[in-house]
Amino acid sequence: MDTAARLEINTALAERILVGFIRDSVRKVGFQRAVIGLSGGIDSALSAYLTARALGPENVLAVRMPYATSSADSMTDAQKVIDALGVRSLTVPITPYVSPFFERFPDMDERRRGNVMARMRMIILYDQSAADGGLVIGTSNKTETLLGYSTIFGDNAAAIQPIGDLYKTQVRQLAQAMGVPRSILEKPPSADLWVGQTDEDEIGYTYEELDRLLYLLVDARYRVDEAVAEGFPRQMVEDVWRRVRANHYKRTMPIVAKLSNRTVGHDFLYLRDWVG
Amino acid sequence: MKITIGLAQIHPKLADVPANLDKHVHYIDRAKAADVDLLVFPELSLTGYNLQDLVYEVAARPVMDDPNFRVLLMASREMDIVVGFVNEDDRHRFYIASAYLSGGEVVHLHKKIYLPTYALFDEGRYFAWGDSVQAFDTRFGRFGMLICEDFWHVSPPYLLWLDGADVLLLMSASPGRGLDSGDRLASARWVELVNRAYASQFTDYVVHCNRVGYEDGLNFWGGSMITNPDGETVAHGPYFEEALVVQQIDLNQLHRTRSRLPLLRDERTGLMARELTRILAGRNASHREF
Repeated sequence: MDTAARLEINTALAERILVGFIRDSVRKVGFQRAVIGLSGGIDSALSAYLTARALGPENVLAVRMPYATSSADSMTDAQKVIDALGVRSLTVPITPYVSPFFERFPDMDERRRGNVMARMRMIILYDQSAADGGLVIGTSNKTETLLGYSTIFGDNAAAIQPIGDLYKTQVRQLAQAMGVPRSILEKPPSADLWVGQTDEDEIGYTYEELDRLLYLLVDARYRVDEAVAEGFPRQMVEDVWRRVRANHYKRTMPIVAKLSNRTVGHDFLYLRDWVG
Repeated sequence: MKITIGLAQIHPKLADVPANLDKHVHYIDRAKAADVDLLVFPELSLTGYNLQDLVYEVAARPVMDDPNFRVLLMASREMDIVVGFVNEDDRHRFYIASAYLSGGEVVHLHKKIYLPTYALFDEGRYFAWGDSVQAFDTRFGRFGMLICEDFWHVSPPYLLWLDGADVLLLMSASPGRGLDSGDRLASARWVELVNRAYASQFTDYVVHCNRVGYEDGLNFWGGSMITNPDGETVAHGPYFEEALVVQQIDLNQLHRTRSRLPLLRDERTGLMARELTRILAGRNASHREF
């Protein structure tokens, strides 16, 4: 079977498992509600669809947090999701909060500014979590999590990651099956941190290529040479695998220096369910 | 003989034994109302699955002095019950165990012999390995019990078959994994395949009870099933939902199937033992190990 076919998923089964997961993990820790940042992109749209189905739209607060340069399409696409689901919504432009910070450090490049914006959005979501009594739902997919295409303590900050084990091309399948609006399905993926930014330009490969390669390297446990033998350019395989490794710190908790006989992060081992 | 089997496909709460005991009692009451003769709970039904450092807090002994087991043992005076729990032995070793309770007593205790410690599994870190596979007599005939990874290996069900088990009770807490375009998860396809294979190859009844629910990111898929000695699925629970699956089975089917297909009669156990002895003795001579 070719790798593209192996990335095809039973969307009804995925929806069932993920809706159940969201409902269970929100309620078992004593919450009924969720807060989710809506960017207008496919990842947050799908996450909102799943969360609304799990908890009921009245229990979901969708927050739009545009910056001055954000694309107008992002706002209208996010509104389409809000309207389609009937979730509660809030719009908090981040420009008045991040602009003074950018003025303090006028030599900031796009990457630093993008990170500040992502972390400002995290502050708003966690504040709304406290204000509205909702758990923050993450919107990271497996492709970006593996590549580290995210801001640590920014867009990857969340209580749960419902779509964290779906590659981008699988996110598209599930989003289409759940009825995410066409304009969201079809536009080029973008973090929308600066004008004209797209994921695929920035990463240098298409999601179709990346997902097929990551599937081999991660899910099917191919080694680099074996992936090259499957037809991927060696430079791409080595570059992608280097990124996966270099960004692993974004996927782990901060490391605790062990001194005692029992140490958080080493041998003090409990599921989060312990709290429930 | 016909017996009615109940499969309590429950969602245990992690390490909350009192809450789980309440759920057991609820399912026992429902099963009694449905005239169930034997009610099977899944692996670690009293404690939940991925206990990690909570193993040592929930461990118990299946005796009347244990307040939770007292309730279950008393209930077993009216209906046989298989319950899953963490067993702490007299030397303070901890096992994943299932107990067959009947008539107010523990008829058989099985300690899990294969502890998966790879990929998402870490059982060997916390638990001691059971070291025995034995069939046992019940008021319905001779049965055998295995827990999850035990029946991913072919030898434990084979040994139970040779030890006289006509009904295999398989209990699991199987994390769902392997989402693809198929109608079920790959883990469900695998387990259902081996359930049917064991029933077919051993001409036994295979009774499988699998839990549901979530623990952190893990889902448990349920789909508990009973397969008859012809390898046909005669009962199948829902996926991902709590359920009490009730099915009457006819143990006389063993007579009919084995009249047609005498695999048990023809099994060359002496040959098997001889060859196994030769293979184990010759392993170092015939294979280079690095």
